[in-house]
Amino acid sequence: MASITFKNVSKVYPGDVKAVTDLNLEIKDKEFVILVGPSGCGKSTTLRMIAGLEEITQGELYIGDRLVNDVHPKDRDIAMVFQNYALYPHMTVYKNMAFGLQLRKVPKDEIKRRVTEVAKILDIEHLLDRKPKALSGGQRQRVALGRAMVRNPQVFLLDEPLSNLDAKLRTAMRSELIKLHKRLETTFVYVTHDQIEAMTMGDRIVVMNDGFMQQVDTPQNLYNYPANLFVAGFIGAPQMNFLDAIVKVEGGETIVDFSGNYQFTLTGEKAHKLKPYAGKVVVAGIRPENIKIPEAGELSDYKTKALVEITELMGSEIYVYLDCYGEKLICRTPSDTIVTPDSRIEIAFDINKMHFFDKETEKAICH
Amino acid sequence: MKQSRRSIIISYIILAFATAIVLLPFFWMLVSSFKSQRELFAYPPKFFPSVWKWENYRQVLNAGRITFFEMFLNSMKVTIPVVVFNIIFSSLAAYAFARIEFPFRKFLFMLFISSMMIPSAVTMIPRFLLFSNLKLVDTYAPLILPSAFGTAFSIFLLRQFFMTIPVDLEEAAVIDGCGKLRIWATIMLPLSKPIIATLGVFLFQGSYNDFMNPLIYLNTDTKFTVQLGLASFRNSFSTRYDLIMAGSMLALIPVLVIYILCQKYIVRGIVMSGLKG
Repeated sequence: MASITFKNVSKVYPGDVKAVTDLNLEIKDKEFVILVGPSGCGKSTTLRMIAGLEEITQGELYIGDRLVNDVHPKDRDIAMVFQNYALYPHMTVYKNMAFGLQLRKVPKDEIKRRVTEVAKILDIEHLLDRKPKALSGGQRQRVALGRAMVRNPQVFLLDEPLSNLDAKLRTAMRSELIKLHKRLETTFVYVTHDQIEAMTMGDRIVVMNDGFMQQVDTPQNLYNYPANLFVAGFIGAPQMNFLDAIVKVEGGETIVDFSGNYQFTLTGEKAHKLKPYAGKVVVAGIRPENIKIPEAGELSDYKTKALVEITELMGSEIYVYLDCYGEKLICRTPSDTIVTPDSRIEIAFDINKMHFFDKETEKAICH
Repeated sequence: MKQSRRSIIISYIILAFATAIVLLPFFWMLVSSFKSQRELFAYPPKFFPSVWKWENYRQVLNAGRITFFEMFLNSMKVTIPVVVFNIIFSSLAAYAFARIEFPFRKFLFMLFISSMMIPSAVTMIPRFLLFSNLKLVDTYAPLILPSAFGTAFSIFLLRQFFMTIPVDLEEAAVIDGCGKLRIWATIMLPLSKPIIATLGVFLFQGSYNDFMNPLIYLNTDTKFTVQLGLASFRNSFSTRYDLIMAGSMLALIPVLVIYILCQKYIVRGIVMSGLKG
């Protein structure tokens, strides 16, 4: 059993700097949870509170059923992988991995057995006699993982472990970490600011901002049903497009009007949920892939015109940067679409995929 | 940028000249140690002795009530404890100042550092009275104790170095199960080898070359250190410069040996503290 439970946890640094405010979160046993958010959002602090490297100012933290607020890091049965690996430079790889076990008075034979076994899994057997400075970034990363693994901890804490690797290695290590999680069957808590890592690796993602937890959900749900403007803007690349719109109710129909330039009539649930906002400004959000460039003759009720500013060919797709009545939009379209910069084109919104947010509370109204 | 050949040659000439200026007295000491007393003061001065007097060295080694080697042992009885204890206690204090949060940490550190500003002459007499009341005069204690429990300079130097060691390493050690004392012993000290070697040489040299304190506190000539022994070649009746030169040459050897042993660390220590400090 190694679930992790935060009950109204807050962390305030001296000088009344609030790093984390009133966090309630339950991480299930064997779950791979990602803490994601921009820098300074409190994600690292949250991880360090689990590790016991930061004291908890308020609230309760449980690992399993045990209240660990005042438990020393070494007695929490956790292991941590640091962003810069934090390998002891004066010790060989073997010693780095064995150090924690030695301190726990594990018999020598047992240490040797475990270190060799883990080294085999991570494919670093041939490096055991080397010192960290003789290793490449990827190898150091593996050693850091190995050091955590030999301890057989209940919880793995990973603090941006891939951010120091080059792009290619990062992709490779990403899938290796997923495999490792399956193999080890332990709880993983992983901090990153990289949303691709978050989307691809986690069972669930915790999005944080300014010390507040914004939303916890599966990657799919976060993407499709963001709870507020921050999550909508943070998850997804390129970013979701946001447009201000006025809600009008005319003759029983709900209409969203985009600054008088174009307007769409809504149907179904969206119409129903936006009705109370009649006369108010809401924020409409649409992902770049949900803006289409219709072929000639293709019909759509949700069309408008835009000026193509620039295009970026990404290989399989093109990012088209548009100016739609003064609003900047990004559209993602298959690379066989023909768009020429500085031309005026028609664009069509996939209205079913349009999100609406309350302008004041920034909370989602409907998806 | 590639330096031109001419500028390299010029800089070598300047460096060679400067080196010669620095080494000349040392060289003069070396050749003088083989001269006879008369030749030493010959006018015009002669660079090399007409006869190489190895006799000087034999005389120095066996002069006085105790041999040179015994004086050397006495020096070590003072110097080794000073170096060892100073490094242990200074690094403990430095670790606390560098990494442990406690009230008035900054203030206490500044207070400590400011003690370097007090000239030693000011504390000389009170210190003597103190040791005299403790009945420790004519023992090695007054030479060892004042610096054994850490000195401001050592603490300052080590603290600055400790602060450059990434905190992550320490946190990793905490998670691995280390307490503060073990972090100090297994992480901080091994990583600070360069600065400890540098400090060790400074301390060794300082204590070994110290003349004033042994002169004040040691009365019995069998307890004399090397530096006091050298001075005893000079008395009210005559000064044996030839023997002083030979003795100085011998006295230099330990410092040179220590320096050569630690040299690679010292250069690195100075470079590292320069870059990161």
